[in-house]
Amino acid sequence: MSARKPARQHLRLLPVVPSVLLLLLFLAAPVLWSFHASFTNAALTGRNARNPVWTGVDNYARLLTDSAFPASVVLTVVFVVASAIVGQNLLGLLIAGLMTRARKPVSAFVGTAVVAAWVLPEIVAAFAAYAYFSKDGTLNQLLAAVGWAGTDWLYTFPMVAVVLANIWRGTAFSMLVYRAALADVPQDISEAALMDGASGRQRLVFITLPLIRSSIATNLMLVTLQTLAVFTLIWVMTAGGPSNTSTTLPVLAYQEAFKFGDIGYGTAIASVLIVLGLVFGIAYVRLLKGEHR
Amino acid sequence: MHRPARLLVALLSATVLLATSACSPEQPLAENRTLKIVYQKTDSFTALDTLFKDAKKDFESANQGTTVVLQPIEANDDDYGTKLALALRSEETAPDVFYEDTFKVRSDVDAGYLLRLDSYLEKWDDWKTYNEAAKAAGTADDGGIYAVPLGTDTRGIWYNKKVLQKAGIAVPWQPRTWDEILEAARRMKAADPSVVPFNMYAGKASGEGTVMQSFYELLYGTDSELYDQQEKKWVVGSQGFTDSLAFLKTLYDEKLAVTPAEALDANVWKKVFGEWLPQGKMGAVVEGSYAPSFWQKGGSYEWAGYSEDMGVAKFPTQRGQEPGGVSMSGGWTLAIGADSKNPDQAFQFLATALNKKNSLAFTVASSQIAVRSDVAAEPDYLAANPFVKDVSDLVSVTHYRPATADYPRISAAVQVATEAVITGKLSPQEAAEQYDKTIRDQVGDAKVLQK
Repeated sequence: MSARKPARQHLRLLPVVPSVLLLLLFLAAPVLWSFHASFTNAALTGRNARNPVWTGVDNYARLLTDSAFPASVVLTVVFVVASAIVGQNLLGLLIAGLMTRARKPVSAFVGTAVVAAWVLPEIVAAFAAYAYFSKDGTLNQLLAAVGWAGTDWLYTFPMVAVVLANIWRGTAFSMLVYRAALADVPQDISEAALMDGASGRQRLVFITLPLIRSSIATNLMLVTLQTLAVFTLIWVMTAGGPSNTSTTLPVLAYQEAFKFGDIGYGTAIASVLIVLGLVFGIAYVRLLKGEHR
Repeated sequence: MHRPARLLVALLSATVLLATSACSPEQPLAENRTLKIVYQKTDSFTALDTLFKDAKKDFESANQGTTVVLQPIEANDDDYGTKLALALRSEETAPDVFYEDTFKVRSDVDAGYLLRLDSYLEKWDDWKTYNEAAKAAGTADDGGIYAVPLGTDTRGIWYNKKVLQKAGIAVPWQPRTWDEILEAARRMKAADPSVVPFNMYAGKASGEGTVMQSFYELLYGTDSELYDQQEKKWVVGSQGFTDSLAFLKTLYDEKLAVTPAEALDANVWKKVFGEWLPQGKMGAVVEGSYAPSFWQKGGSYEWAGYSEDMGVAKFPTQRGQEPGGVSMSGGWTLAIGADSKNPDQAFQFLATALNKKNSLAFTVASSQIAVRSDVAAEPDYLAANPFVKDVSDLVSVTHYRPATADYPRISAAVQVATEAVITGKLSPQEAAEQYDKTIRDQVGDAKVLQK
């Protein structure tokens, strides 16, 4: 028996082998390839297109001298903090909290309205957001109806526009996560606190939030990583412009790799993006761990 | 316990089977070959699609056993170039015959994507009808010819006579200096503040349009240049560069061009051709010789009155210095992939697509300037639209882009400079300095010439 036990345990892992293989093939391999390419002068055309040579950390050294890069890092962090951590996350929690108290038809209606943006394919959502914020778009027509002259939002406030669009598109995810989490909070603890005279805010801060802490961390992790990778939405709405004022790292990487054909440099930017994702990821894992102390 | 294992084995073997069958390339039989043709098609550019469909019919009936597979890519010029380059990177995906921008020929030859055509062209009688400029367009740094042009183009000022006449400007109009353009534009603005008097593209959104149909007309008309042909170096610190930016600033600051927000919309050219010029909302625009292709019958923005309402003028030099005008030329070619398994057949297809009949149809449908002498002499070509002669005359003052592998970065840096100026972010002087710095960073000091 004892000899068979480890064998049996290994066999238990068998069902996950295909998915692990697929992940390695389609996720790890491109990441590794991209990481490797970032140390070469790989290009779309020109002399280095088919026979790229190893250039060491040249691409990374160039990042330090490129004025577009730090600006892009700042914009990426602003985009993630404003649209994911603050926007989607808090708004999702708020809506989920309100929905647990709202009457059924109200909560069903709100739920559908919020999820509608989520089910749209990204490109459709991006065009919808473009049509909303563009100069002759819905927003300006609504403003005109009440006598306000709008502005060209995508040109004057490109970051605000893409942040709002991403909040609109992504809030549903946080809302769904928090609805499930809130449904799991035992009513009796809350009621006991109520008996002890805890106010609504106190119950939220001392009872509900600690209980759904792991959901918060998971949700933060997921929305952060999703938002870091947002490309289509920004590309369709502003294409990174005007004058790079909405060029986040994915947009910058795309421009360098495909518009200028400099795949080596583009993949170096993409690698920085992965590192940025790791930094956020580690922070959230810490948050999760804290719970088990 | 055994069941999952067996299932897994079954799954794995199925995967392996699938993978191997997908990987083993189908060996083309001698009698059953396919040629893959890749080209661009958009809602407003279908002339090439028509050309290839006709050529496919002709070619397949003459060459039994060979199948021509047409793979149009629906994308704008930039995205088409990217997709094509990605396909060319691997032998498995590289097309046999493809549509290639002249300014990409050299860098793609450097990359080893294109097949040298000299030995085929020697035996192709039609090649003698191509003019020298066209032959040069497909020539790489090693002197070999790698691409055959479909046609070429020039650029000039397209103006709406009615708008000019309303402002009391006599037509035909031919400004001699930059100042005369501004003067006329201000008069149009004064006569009707709602019109856009004189538009020149700017900013990154218009891509090559910003440089080909705007900035280079200015720069090449100053005493400075973009690239020193003798030294093979990019010029920085030139007065002409700053002057050109300053001219754009004046146009945009005085609201003589479209608003900066409109200029930074990638679709601005559609409004120029589709709305503003036909509706008399725009006085003039610097645009290509292909403009009539949008307005003629079957074009994307049919406009019956264009032949009477529109006029063409040469873009003047800065102070009227010699040669008195500036134009830019580009154009597209057909090329054959270096990895083509059937290069002989591929060339035959190329020759079919570019024979006199097909060339003529394409040249007329897309308002190209003919590169074949027999097409240029055809009455159908000369009568295609009233502007054929005007735009063909611009060939005498035209320039070509310095199409080295660094060119896309230079072009992008110019676009950034124009965008910074028209949005008021930088002064022309500052934008020119930033351009100089960018160029030094991007191509290295060794390839830069300080003026």
